[in-house]
Amino acid sequence: MGDSDAIAVERTLAGDRDAFRVLVERHSRNVFRLAYRMTGNQHDAEEVVQEAFLRAYQKLGQFAARANFGTWVYRIAANYAIDRMRQRKSEDSQREPTGRVSEDGIERDPASLVPDAAPSPERLAQSEQLAVHMRRALNELTPAERTAFVMRHWGGSGIEEIAEALKSSTSAAKNTVFRSVQKLRRSLEPFVERRGQAKAMGSEL
Amino acid sequence: MKHPNEEELIAYHGGEVLRRDVIADHLSDCPECREELERIDAVLAALGAMPIPEPGEDYGQRVWQQIAPRLPEKRARWWNFATGDGFTTGWLEPQRWVAVGALAAVVIVAFQAGRITKHVPPDSTLADASRVRERVLIMAVGEHLGRSEMVLVELGNAEPANGKQKQVNISSERRRAEDLLEENRLYRQTALEQGDTALATVLDELERVLLDVAHSPGEVTPAQLENIRQRIASRGILFKVRVVGQELQQRSESPAAPANPNGSRKLERNKT
Repeated sequence: MGDSDAIAVERTLAGDRDAFRVLVERHSRNVFRLAYRMTGNQHDAEEVVQEAFLRAYQKLGQFAARANFGTWVYRIAANYAIDRMRQRKSEDSQREPTGRVSEDGIERDPASLVPDAAPSPERLAQSEQLAVHMRRALNELTPAERTAFVMRHWGGSGIEEIAEALKSSTSAAKNTVFRSVQKLRRSLEPFVERRGQAKAMGSEL
Repeated sequence: MKHPNEEELIAYHGGEVLRRDVIADHLSDCPECREELERIDAVLAALGAMPIPEPGEDYGQRVWQQIAPRLPEKRARWWNFATGDGFTTGWLEPQRWVAVGALAAVVIVAFQAGRITKHVPPDSTLADASRVRERVLIMAVGEHLGRSEMVLVELGNAEPANGKQKQVNISSERRRAEDLLEENRLYRQTALEQGDTALATVLDELERVLLDVAHSPGEVTPAQLENIRQRIASRGILFKVRVVGQELQQRSESPAAPANPNGSRKLERNKT
C-alpha cells in the first residue's frame, strides 16, 4: 500500500472522517471500471462504487494495515457487485423467462460452433454491433462467472482472490473462470477476427 | 504430448504456469492447436478492447460528495489526540510542538483554574486569580472563534479572481484553517477533559469544518466550493460559533456578571 494510503487509513481510524476522502478520490475510477464491467451499466456501476466505499469505511477496523487498500476495496466492490447482479437477475427472471443459458455442449469442440454463415468479421469488427454482442454475451454469464471473468481478465486477479470473492474453493473458482471463457467463446467467436487471420502468429502469444 | 484440452489452452492463455513448457512445445509443432489458441485470443482481445464509459476527472470527488453525508462517525479515543497518534504528519514537526506546547501550558493552567464557561464562586483570593486566568482563556478561545468565523465568512464570499478563471483560489483560507485546526484540537480536548461538553461540542463541529477546508485543494471549482459552503451551512456552524463567541466576549468584558445559566449548553450537537 502506498504510504499516503496507509496514512489516510490511519487518520480515518483515528477519527478523521475526511481523511477517507483521499482514498475515495484516489481509487474511485479504478473501482468504477471493475463495477461497470461487472454490472454492464453505468447506473449500477456507480451504485456499486458508492456502496463499496461505504462498506470499506464501516469495515476499516478489520483492514490489515499491511494489505493494499486498492485491492481491498476492489474486492469489496466485487462482492457487492455479485450480490447486486444476482438480485437483478432474479428480478429480471420474475419479469420474463431467462434466455438460453444451456449447460450442454461444454465438452464439444468449440471450433465446430463457428457457423459457416457468420457475417464478415472485417465488417463487424470494431462495430457497435460487436459491442452489442459482447454486452449480450456477458449478460448471459451467471453473476459468479461474470465476476470471475472480470476479475481474471480485466482485473488481473489471482485465483485465490477470485475464490475469496466467490466464496468458493480455488478449484471451483478456476473452473468458473474456464466456464466463463468457454461461454464467451461460443457467443462471440462468429463475430471476432482472429489475429492469425490478419497476420502470422508465433507459437507463443 | 496429446493435444491440450480447451481448459488447458485457456489457462495457458491466461499465463498459468502448469505444464507451460510442455504446451508451448506442443503449440510450436501443432497448427491445429495454434489455431484454437488464436480463436481464444481473438475473443479475449475483443472483450479486452470493449469500451467503457469514462466517468470523468472529478469522478472521485463526486463519489465523495455522495457518500460523505452517509458515513457514520468514527470517534477517536481521546489519547489519539493527546499523543498525536493518527495525526503524525503535522503534529510531529518540532516547531509545531513548541508552539502547541506553549499554548497547551496556558490552556491547561487556565482550565485547571476553572471551566471555561462555568461560573466560579468569587469567594477567595484563589478564586480571584482563577477568574483572571479564566478571563485570559475566554479571550483566547473567543479570538480563536473570531478567526475561525472570519475564514468561514471569507470562504462564503470567495469567487474566481476574474470572470475568465474557472478555479477559485482558496489556498489562503486553507492555510489558515490548518493553523486553526491545531489550536482547535487543543481547546476542544481540554474542554472535554474538564467536562465542558457544550464548548467541546461546538469546537468539535468547528473542527470538522476546518478539516474539510484544510483538506481541500488550494484551487477549487465553483461546484466544489459550493459543496464546501453547503457543508458549512448544513452544520449551522457559523451561527453556533457566533453565539458562543459573543457569549465569551460578554463574559470577558464583565467577568463579575453571572454566566447565562443555560449558556452554550443550549447548543445541541448536530451530528451528520
